[in-house]
Amino acid sequence: MKEVGSKKFSFSKILMYGFLTLASLLSLFPFYWMFVMATRPSAAYNSIPPTLTPGNMLVENFQKVLQQIDFFGAMWNSLILCVVVTIVVLLISSLAGFAFAKFKFPGKNILFIAILLTMIIPPQLGLIPQYFLIAKAGLLDTLQGVMILSFLNPLGIFLMRQYISGSISDELIEAAKLDGASNFKIYWKIVLPIILPAFATLGIIVFTSVWGEFLWQFTVLRDPEMYTIQVALASLNNTFKVDYGMLMSGVFWATIPLVIIFLLFNKLFIASITEGAVKS
Amino acid sequence: MISGYLYVSPFFIIFFCVGLFPILFSLYLAFQQWNGLSPMEFVGLDNFKIVLTDSLFWKSVYNTIIMGLLGTAPQLIVGIILAFLLNQVFLRFKQFYRVTIFMPYITSMVAVALVFSVLFSNQDSSMANYILGLFGLDPINWATSEWGTKIAISLMVFWRWIGYNTIIYLAGLQSIPRDLYEAATIDGASKFQQLRYITMPLLKPFILLTVFFSTVGALQLFSEPTVFLGQSAFTRSEAMTIVMYLYRDAFRLQSFGTASATAVILVIFIAVLAAINLYLTSGIGRKKKRGAGK
Repeated sequence: MKEVGSKKFSFSKILMYGFLTLASLLSLFPFYWMFVMATRPSAAYNSIPPTLTPGNMLVENFQKVLQQIDFFGAMWNSLILCVVVTIVVLLISSLAGFAFAKFKFPGKNILFIAILLTMIIPPQLGLIPQYFLIAKAGLLDTLQGVMILSFLNPLGIFLMRQYISGSISDELIEAAKLDGASNFKIYWKIVLPIILPAFATLGIIVFTSVWGEFLWQFTVLRDPEMYTIQVALASLNNTFKVDYGMLMSGVFWATIPLVIIFLLFNKLFIASITEGAVKS
Repeated sequence: MISGYLYVSPFFIIFFCVGLFPILFSLYLAFQQWNGLSPMEFVGLDNFKIVLTDSLFWKSVYNTIIMGLLGTAPQLIVGIILAFLLNQVFLRFKQFYRVTIFMPYITSMVAVALVFSVLFSNQDSSMANYILGLFGLDPINWATSEWGTKIAISLMVFWRWIGYNTIIYLAGLQSIPRDLYEAATIDGASKFQQLRYITMPLLKPFILLTVFFSTVGALQLFSEPTVFLGQSAFTRSEAMTIVMYLYRDAFRLQSFGTASATAVILVIFIAVLAAINLYLTSGIGRKKKRGAGK
């Protein structure tokens, strides 16, 4: 009896580890394969069975990428875009979240609900007028034109309100007020230091979503000089005869910094998903 | 208190300029004929008529729904299984599995689409066709055929989002108190009964959440097919989605009136589908509760 039981147990265990390992391998394979292709000549693509080991064209393929697009310029544009948007969103969200969590003013709840309602508007609805608005303002082909839409982040305000009302007691605010601190001083000296962990989560959510956003960047940025990395990478695939080694080299080098950052901070990344999605 | 208004004002100021105004203008534009240069001309419901009688529009609706279902529905099942396994107390290498399964999510949609465009190319030597060959199947034109494109695009959506959904389900499973299971075990409930009467009902809000996100996200599919198809993105119809149809009308054909009409129709679709799936999923929950009551 005991033996049968333990055998059954180990069978389900094997099944479990097998399934998880398969899922891990399938998740990792495209990353590995992107690396393999980035180190091989395009001709390697014609071999059957497909090549699965790295070659020696890592540098050459990347040089071909540099002939096609301004890779570093595009990475830089994306970085600037994300850093500015993240900082602005953190400030807007924490100020508004602070006000919604700790202040009393008429219409507070209506305003808060209005902000939440903007979350359900699909971004495509305003796309065309937004394009003309940006064009009118002379912001086509500028990062400012891309940025301004991303400053709207209702989720950020929601998360900050939740976090501030949960982590900062009313007594603390009252005590600071009795000491004569202004609202802004309270925000700057008391609220900000306490909500730094929430900044990390929201910061990751904002940064990654802006980094990967495509439709709006693709619409506003037409001049290759102003391309972000997403638009630049997409342009690599826009020819009739694509050099796969070159293409994968571009994708590989654009992805690797993110992978490293993710591996270093994976707990924060994963927590940001549950914070961002589940709390709302 | 003035600072209250002051602190919430940045959002509203930006929203009025670049959010609300464009939305209202879209509604206006949907009733105009406009090429972006010459003066607008009021055409009543003509734009809607043009879009709704265009077979390419309905093709894009069909494509969007098929790819949406293929790309997201299997995630629900696989995601729950993965989360269930990752939640086992005795599981070793938990962190490794969690990190690797989540990793695809950090790649941008453009990067994913490009990698998949190479994995799933028309050539006989592409990885996808090689694997089909191992099973004795004929190669598929992944970039040009009706089902090839849809399956490749659905697979990339699946690959990128499965980790995200798994993490949400895992958070859901971890929110269920362990003593519920212990009590059920003592009462003699089988593992399956525990899954049916404890796990599923308590996981329901998390499932609702992912179903809602997936539905809304699937209707807005744009980057993956556009980048995957590259040169032929706006000329071929096999994988054209509603948003691609809209984009093509606006920025390739300079027909901003019909594009705005499409945007309005899309929003109605999203609202209706979101309402339907909220209704359906909450219906499932109710049935389950009644079942549990018996």
